[in-house]
Amino acid sequence: MKNKSLVSINDFTKEEQLRVLEAAREFEANPVQTILKDHVIASLFFEPSTRTRLSFESAISRLGGKIVGFSEASNTSVKKGESLRDTILTIANYSDLIVMRNPIEGSARFASEISPVPIINAGDGSNQHPTQTLLDLYSILQTQDTLDNLHVAFVGDLKYGRTVHSLVIALCNYNTTFHLVSPVELKLPSSVKMHIKEKNLAYHQYTSMEEVIPNTDILYMTRIQKERFSDPLEFERIKNSYNLHKDMLVDTKENFKILHPMPRVNEIHINVDEDPRAYYFQQALNGVYVRQALLSILLGYR
Amino acid sequence: MNDKVKELKVSAIENGTVIDHIPAGAVFQVIKMLKLDVFDQMVLFGTNLESKKYGYKGIIKVSNKFFKPEELNKIALVAPHASIIEIRDFRVAQKTLVEIPETVSGIVKCFNPNCITNIEVITTRFTVLEKEDIRLKCHYCEKITVKNNMVFK
Ligand SMILES: [Zn+2]
Repeated sequence: MKNKSLVSINDFTKEEQLRVLEAAREFEANPVQTILKDHVIASLFFEPSTRTRLSFESAISRLGGKIVGFSEASNTSVKKGESLRDTILTIANYSDLIVMRNPIEGSARFASEISPVPIINAGDGSNQHPTQTLLDLYSILQTQDTLDNLHVAFVGDLKYGRTVHSLVIALCNYNTTFHLVSPVELKLPSSVKMHIKEKNLAYHQYTSMEEVIPNTDILYMTRIQKERFSDPLEFERIKNSYNLHKDMLVDTKENFKILHPMPRVNEIHINVDEDPRAYYFQQALNGVYVRQALLSILLGYR
Repeated sequence: MNDKVKELKVSAIENGTVIDHIPAGAVFQVIKMLKLDVFDQMVLFGTNLESKKYGYKGIIKVSNKFFKPEELNKIALVAPHASIIEIRDFRVAQKTLVEIPETVSGIVKCFNPNCITNIEVITTRFTVLEKEDIRLKCHYCEKITVKNNMVFK
């Protein structure tokens, strides 16, 4: 996997994904390892995403690597009209690996084809955000001790949520049973369901989450955005039915955990945060271990 | 009208390729795709010709040119039922049908305006997901371009 790029979660086989998760366990046990002390990593954020950028930069720093780059495109040559091709070829001269977030879909694939150094896609528009998927898989593995044969419920915006799509597709490798909870307008697209059907896995669709809670191992919550609705009244009508409160967590399985890609608005009430079944802050921290693992592997240290 | 009379509407060629059964509206597109607009030999074409099978059709005859299958298969996107007739010495030497390829490169635009291929100078690449009701998956943005929103470069 040395010098490979990660653009889409499907660029890694199941075995390669598991190798990253295994290495992440090592970094969780021992997070400060200065194996990249002689390396420079470029962190190119063509649009701001503080959360993702800090997670990557924290991972790089804990590995002892130096960071060059920018956190938004406004002060760069990109703003002056430089092509992505030129930006990538130039910055590849200064760095051993490029982490890139770019609002243009397909930009990461293109960069990986022209760049002499590996590219990690930190989000290309609505398309892919594979390190989020890896950290979600890692969070499931850490809380369940396995990825196989789990019941995973996805709640909220299943139509536009890129995070949900990638995770559903990734979980199709692990004999998952899917519980899909969303308003009718925001159901999982057929292009994603196709992957579930291809593997002959079971999926169930619901419009309310109460009945799925007792049967699932993982409850993966997402945010529902008002602008996704053509009728704002419809949003007002349903918005509270996808909010999780502590009193809804009565009859859960012992291993039950709540995940959320963050940031949340009000879909998880803060009274859930102190519950041991809430895992979303740990999930965010797992992002650092997974990114440490990925950087180490792509640069040939694992 | 019998076939012989109809054929005479676009005169015969001695050596070369005849592309028949092109949908009437797609003739100029096929000419462009095969770069026949800049070809230096004789090119004859007809469109809106009556056809028993298809109502109206188009036909193109290219002198002294024999195409590779992969060159011709790209026209299957606009002319899925086109037949390719190789002419040698005014005789039919070979007759084949076009076939939609597994991948499409450079001919079709990605329908997604936010795709990198519509922003930088990049040759588009697609995987053909479905041949009957054409569905093309963009190699870059991974979005699917369908027949209705297919635009040719
Ligand atoms: Zn595209």
